[in-house]
Amino acid sequence: MNAALLPHPLFAGFGGAIEFVFSKQESSVTGGKKVGGFEQVLELAWTQIEVSLLAILLACLIAIPVGLYFGHRGKGELVAVGIGNAGRAIPELAAIALVATVIGVGIPVLVLVLALLGIPPILTNTFVGVRQVDRASVDAARGVGMTELQIVRKVETPLSVPSIMTGIRGATVNIVATATIAPLAGVLTLGDFILGENVYGADGVLAGAIVVAILALLFEFALAGLQRRLTSKGLQLQQAQ
Amino acid sequence: MNSGLLGMPLAAVGEVGEGFFKHRTGATLPCQARPAHLFCWDWATEHINRFGTPALQQFELVVISVLIGFAIAFILALIAHRFKPLQFPLLAGTGVLFAIPSIAFFMLLLPITGRGRETAIIALSAYTLQIIYRNVMQGLNNVPDSAKDAARGMGLTERQILWKVELPLAIPEIVGGIRIATVSTVAIATLAVFANAGGLGSQIYSSSNLVFPTAIIIAGAIAILMAFAIDLVLLTAQRFATPWRRAASEAVP
Repeated sequence: MNAALLPHPLFAGFGGAIEFVFSKQESSVTGGKKVGGFEQVLELAWTQIEVSLLAILLACLIAIPVGLYFGHRGKGELVAVGIGNAGRAIPELAAIALVATVIGVGIPVLVLVLALLGIPPILTNTFVGVRQVDRASVDAARGVGMTELQIVRKVETPLSVPSIMTGIRGATVNIVATATIAPLAGVLTLGDFILGENVYGADGVLAGAIVVAILALLFEFALAGLQRRLTSKGLQLQQAQ
Repeated sequence: MNSGLLGMPLAAVGEVGEGFFKHRTGATLPCQARPAHLFCWDWATEHINRFGTPALQQFELVVISVLIGFAIAFILALIAHRFKPLQFPLLAGTGVLFAIPSIAFFMLLLPITGRGRETAIIALSAYTLQIIYRNVMQGLNNVPDSAKDAARGMGLTERQILWKVELPLAIPEIVGGIRIATVSTVAIATLAVFANAGGLGSQIYSSSNLVFPTAIIIAGAIAILMAFAIDLVLLTAQRFATPWRRAASEAVP
């Protein structure tokens, strides 16, 4: 594909970027070493997917049980909702920059920071989801002799799946976006193309942006699909009405 | 601590500032250059002024972006409210804009708008659409049918019902959406530095380098405080815009 194939002059700038993704380009600062190309794009994309997935998983493992526990007990509303609100205000760039300059660089540290950014939305939405479960359903479950653990597992969790998934999707958007600036913390993700204009050139910057956008949308679609699969049929019917 | 370099009395050195000795007697480097130093109060008090302009730039970016985002999302929500089949496509469309990382969005706009404030504002407004749209829709959908029936019974037209009954009752959700959008936009606007649009990010990252912890902490803290301050203003505005809720919560049962 080349620039001539793209019809409008407005989009002419994208031609070089698409070329950058598929074939290696000369770079002025790497001493003749070529940059870009499918291999490098895949390598950086994989790192970004890896750290994002690890961070989402870690955030879920911490936030969902805590949210379920406090939601079930009906305690700590101010804290649970407050954490979500406060978490939203944390500037991702400052968080990454601070960790990189104070604690250090590398994948484990990065995953930890990304997970911390993901915890607030998941925790808050899990808590709110459980609190919104009809009390009559919980009482009915208790009436048929379910233990508290069974109520959480078989009644409250399935009924709060839509809310929990909203939290996970919000967290994922944030985590994938922040993983893009991970090169500042020494982990080379697709953001390296975006932040390294003097190495990769304007085409590389644009190519990075295109691939990051596609990657973020893949995450979003995958989670939307997962949400549909995890939501019980009865709940889907109820929502459709 | 001001005994001076090599025990030389300060008065003997004339024009050299006091800071010169402060930095070089205790340690060989000024504290902002020592990585182990988390927060350098001396530097902070001396250089706090340099954060003023970036903070103002960030504030402007946020206010303009949220205003544009609100205007568009509000109109989209009214359209979807009138033509129900459009609800889902609009939710999905704004969802796509929401999911694209802002930094990638900035760069995607480069061939079209170049670097600068416009680019940042377009990307940030696009980001807020989904949040505000979803909340306005939710607010309109939560209006009880009984309220609409009563309005209809009083002879209000559909348009009057929308503006005099449905929208006022949806104010808490609408303002809720604006609050979430604003707080997240303050955080994300820090990335506007990558679009050459200034903002507090310029005190965190400059010319391909991270600056030192003290400046990062100050810039981050200003962003967080700004988010909370705007949030508080919006919350107060919401309370004034919905006097019936205040009355309900103050009423003695």
